[in-house]
Amino acid sequence: MTTVEKSFNIFDILVGNKGDKDFGKKPVVIQGITGSYGSTHTRLMKAYGTNVAAGVTPGKGGQNFEGTPVYDTMGEAVKATGAQISGIFVPAPFFLKAATEALDAGIKLLVAIPEHVAIRDSIKVLEHAKRKGAKMVGPNTPGVIVPEVMKVGIMPAQPFKAGSTVVFSRSGTLMYEVSYNLSNKGYGQKLCLGIGGDPINGTNLIEAFDLIRDRNDVDSVVVVGEIGGDAEEQLAEYIMRTSFNKPVIAYIAGRAAPKEKRMGHAGAIVYGNYGSAESKVANYAKANVPVAKRPAEVPELLAKKLRK
Amino acid sequence: MRLLEYQGKELFDQYGIRIPRSHLANTIQEAKEGGRKLGYPLVLKSQLTVGGRGKAGAIVRCKSEAELEPKFNELLHKEVKGELPRGILLEEMADIKKELYLSLFLNRSKRCYSLISSAEGGVEIESAGSKVVVDVPIDGLTPQTAEDTASKLGLSGKTIVSFVDFTTKLSRLVGEKEAELAEINPVAILGDGSLMALDAKVIIDDNAMFRHPELKKYEHISELEKQAEISGFSLVELDGNIAIIGNGAGLVMSTLDMVSDAGGTAGAFLDFGGRATTETIYEALKVISKIGKVETILVNLFGGIVRTNLVAQAILDAYKNNLITVPVFARISGAESEKAREMLNGSKAKLYNTVEEAIVAAVAAVNK
Repeated sequence: MTTVEKSFNIFDILVGNKGDKDFGKKPVVIQGITGSYGSTHTRLMKAYGTNVAAGVTPGKGGQNFEGTPVYDTMGEAVKATGAQISGIFVPAPFFLKAATEALDAGIKLLVAIPEHVAIRDSIKVLEHAKRKGAKMVGPNTPGVIVPEVMKVGIMPAQPFKAGSTVVFSRSGTLMYEVSYNLSNKGYGQKLCLGIGGDPINGTNLIEAFDLIRDRNDVDSVVVVGEIGGDAEEQLAEYIMRTSFNKPVIAYIAGRAAPKEKRMGHAGAIVYGNYGSAESKVANYAKANVPVAKRPAEVPELLAKKLRK
Repeated sequence: MRLLEYQGKELFDQYGIRIPRSHLANTIQEAKEGGRKLGYPLVLKSQLTVGGRGKAGAIVRCKSEAELEPKFNELLHKEVKGELPRGILLEEMADIKKELYLSLFLNRSKRCYSLISSAEGGVEIESAGSKVVVDVPIDGLTPQTAEDTASKLGLSGKTIVSFVDFTTKLSRLVGEKEAELAEINPVAILGDGSLMALDAKVIIDDNAMFRHPELKKYEHISELEKQAEISGFSLVELDGNIAIIGNGAGLVMSTLDMVSDAGGTAGAFLDFGGRATTETIYEALKVISKIGKVETILVNLFGGIVRTNLVAQAILDAYKNNLITVPVFARISGAESEKAREMLNGSKAKLYNTVEEAIVAAVAAVNK
């Protein structure tokens, strides 16, 4: 089984260390900045505190978007800003080209927002990222947020509060819903990361766990899963095998979904027992991970675990 | 996109994977023509996307032309798991010496394909005894790996050569057509040691369809699904009477689970994605209005940036234009919810503070 190299520190790349002069102000490039989606969310990211240092739209180099310079290529944008993070907002058919260009320009963290990326394109980008020592979050993800510091993605600001739990989610809106429930009960978040709703995820659950397992400023993890694939089963095995020692609470959507029907997400489909909620719940039980019945139950279960 | 058996076999044929001689028939005239062409005995196979055809009696033998008409007509009108066939495939009877299981599927956690094979074909792979599983990179299966697999399966002589040829062709098909799965169960080992695909289950990556105009002809979606797709919605029709609308696949699935826990049954799953505008909600209600069995609508919206009054306006418009007459139970977390509550006063729609409350009310309304 592959795991992320321990040397990859997503917090260093996203925000740096508290006390650094540029803490939380790391430059980010937005690919597809002039599109309707890209422009809307660039505005919201900037309002949240993200340092969107440049944007890329082929053919629009030399323009600027509300003060942010726009370049034709990722090569130029990275050269001008020194950015290591790219938020990709291009339509799915252009994803392979955009992501490859970003990796070739030296980007270390790709946040791949588009839905409907072909599986083959995701795998190709991942193989390329591996060669370059880079990581991808997504595709089909709301992105990543370090609450009250910065965000790269499309998530609303309101559900998230700073704190010491971490949320990893295969679903966008459920990441908001669960984080909102956590925030309301006083469990703020150090990081919320959208794994993505596709069959192939740039950062899968195990790799996401590797990102935070040795951090003293993270006290618990909430995993929002759904039917389809065996990510939860693999994670349960990882938790046991590596003696993961932070409290973990899970939620799984799709218990009542019929088999062999794709439930909105490309990855949310059950074949036989492969991908079923029963299989996931059973494996989590072995790893002593409680599974909430509804999003509102997540903070209750977390409170119980943290009290122990 | 899940291809029908005959469609998968058309692809097999294009790649040189041997299939039985066959004839697709939608009418008894076409079936008789097929019978004359193929000769008897033959097999009639219902073309369905659901599994378990054999057990459901949707695959039958036909010994003579005299048997053809009653058997064909019975199959043509036989529903399996709620699905009617899209044609009946007539196929010659192969000279089967032995059966194997073979599939190439996208291994999500390994991010490559897995080749699964077994010397026990014709049974469900979960229950097959000795399975051989090997990783296959997205560039394709190498002849060496195929040969090793053949040895592990206990094949010998000419059959090894056939197996290597057969599986590498299948791997090329999976790669070039961007399939998530190609399963052949069973593969027949014929009297002469060569291999033949007796079945075909092929699933193409929907998100890769933009590169495959040649597969467009296999697409089969209902008018309703087409309408949903044009609007950018994900729609799944279900058996119950509560339609669930929300923004985000996970959220709608979660709502579906809670409805089921509360004793209700969902009649539709509709995820309208990220844009919660008056127009989108109105369009979503329009799609739902076409599903006859829906007795109530449950809206679960979580956004933070959703303006609740816009959603309320869409619901009011839908009532005013007689698009919907059934009650709407809504949980909308967002701005302007007091205003929305006032707007909906006196209508058949009601706003709740939590999704749990909305669900209890919706389930009570349909179960009374």
